[in-house]
Amino acid sequence: MEQIIQQLINGVSLGSIYALIALGYTMVYGILSLINFAHGEIYMIGAFVGYALTTFLGLGFIPSLLISMLVCSILGMIIEKIAYKPMRNSTRIAILITAISVSLFLQYTMVYFVGPETRTFPQVLESQRLNLFNGNVILDTKNIYIFLITVILMITLQFVVKKTKVGKAMRAVSLDKDAAELMGINVNKIISYTFAMGSALAGAAGVLVGIYYNTINPLMGAGPGLKAFVAAVLGGIGLIPGAVFGGFFLGITETLVSAFGGSVYKDAVAFAILIVILLVKPTGLLGKNLKEKV
Amino acid sequence: MMLELKNLNVYYGAIHALKSLNVNIDKGEIVTLIGANGAGKSTTLKTISGLLKPRTGEVIFDGKSIYNLSAPEIVKKGIVHVPEGRRIFSTMSVLENLEMGAFTKNNKTEIAEDIEKAYTYFPILKERREQLAGTLSGGEQQMLAIARGLMSRPKLILLDEPSMGLAPIIVNEIFNIIKTINKSGTTVLLVEQNANMALKIADRAYIIRTGEIELEGKAKDLLKDESVRKAYLEG
Ligand SMILES: Nc1ncnc2c1ncn2[C@@H]1O[C@H](COP(=O)(O)OP(=O)(O)OP(=O)(O)O)[C@@H](O)[C@H]1O
Ligand SMILES: [Mg+2]
Repeated sequence: MEQIIQQLINGVSLGSIYALIALGYTMVYGILSLINFAHGEIYMIGAFVGYALTTFLGLGFIPSLLISMLVCSILGMIIEKIAYKPMRNSTRIAILITAISVSLFLQYTMVYFVGPETRTFPQVLESQRLNLFNGNVILDTKNIYIFLITVILMITLQFVVKKTKVGKAMRAVSLDKDAAELMGINVNKIISYTFAMGSALAGAAGVLVGIYYNTINPLMGAGPGLKAFVAAVLGGIGLIPGAVFGGFFLGITETLVSAFGGSVYKDAVAFAILIVILLVKPTGLLGKNLKEKV
Repeated sequence: MMLELKNLNVYYGAIHALKSLNVNIDKGEIVTLIGANGAGKSTTLKTISGLLKPRTGEVIFDGKSIYNLSAPEIVKKGIVHVPEGRRIFSTMSVLENLEMGAFTKNNKTEIAEDIEKAYTYFPILKERREQLAGTLSGGEQQMLAIARGLMSRPKLILLDEPSMGLAPIIVNEIFNIIKTINKSGTTVLLVEQNANMALKIADRAYIIRTGEIELEGKAKDLLKDESVRKAYLEG
């Protein structure tokens, strides 16, 4: 029992990271039907920006987090403008190849500039271990911070998308680009903002992961990037609640599987779950097939 | 003259969709553009609203050339296009759809007034304001599409087949609203296949056939015209 609780705690932290990354995948997919495979690299760069700010500038956790989110949102907009916008009317396969190329480009540009080795992320957050259940379950304050920040970011995102003019325009653009233009919405600008917001969340995930696992390297985006993509599809790609749900679901499953003797198989399990869910429910767990009226 | 289409030539790749098209609309008029499937009616509206760019020719609005402006800029100039098939934002609420119609506006009190005005035109939308637009009936969706268009306070509204797929009683209601909108000062360009209804409310009409204007004149004259009756009003 205590072990399950312990693994749930770890799973929620890992799930927070997946969920934050998955949100960016799902938002970009929702608006452009594009899988931004470079998204995992934005998360990696977010971690490096956080690392540089804390290590070399000695900034604290919150400023580093915010600056890293800002840098990533700008990076996301630049990637969209340079790599994806010119491809807007290309075939899906050409766009997919572009996305993979951008991903590899960012990975190896970082390898070139910072070297391939793993670095230690400084301990910028006071970490206290709370012993629960007579010391059988350890709740690190880092777990709490990660979860809290994730929740705050998600509530903020939800507020922006549901209540603000830009957020509503994002939904309108994702539903019907031509109709949105006819309302006077500048579709290119809205697409750019979508990349900015999704990338900012990935940047936050990068800093949080640095704090949680203490190590970062230029190839760290590949695995979590792919899994967050799985999470987004699991929950129903294009749906914001789906990404959150899928992220936590995958994070918790993964920690439980590895705790109960399957750490070697945890990724196989993650993908097996994906396959089963998509066989049963192709639109993802929260996806519904809303019929349009003619 | 409010709107002037001068020698418009519009292509889809190799398809020559509009051929030297000339159309004029005066302030305050209801002008209807009538034609069969594929004649080029929607293409004309899309060219005015900036979704399509003409290869040659001019679109002049209030004395200024607008064909090189983007669609959102054209909305700001005072032209709104209510597209064929309604194209409402189905998973957004009725109210949110209206808010999107007011995207170019920033004055919150004016927007609130315009929403109230939309509700007086279409009381059913007020009842349904929190409902997802995709769950409305076809007629209600058309009303929403028109109401959403009016939210930008257009000088000229382009309506693409507002009667499509609707029961006659609803069509009547919508045409009455179009008249009211026009009386309150908005110029109307109405594209229709329902020529009979359109000619009854319009001041003037153009008949378009395979991308060319075949006939133009006063709506009441065209209603009586023998060739028009044969081609568009009977059978
Ligand atoms: N996106 C497109 N690509 C290629 N051809 C097109 C495209 N859209 C329209 N066309 C062609 O241009 C011509 C005019 O089409 P348009 O949609 O303007 O007709 P319409 O008069 O609105 O017809 P309907 O009453 O069926 O709506 C048609 O021959 C059509 O096939
Ligand atoms: Mg048409």
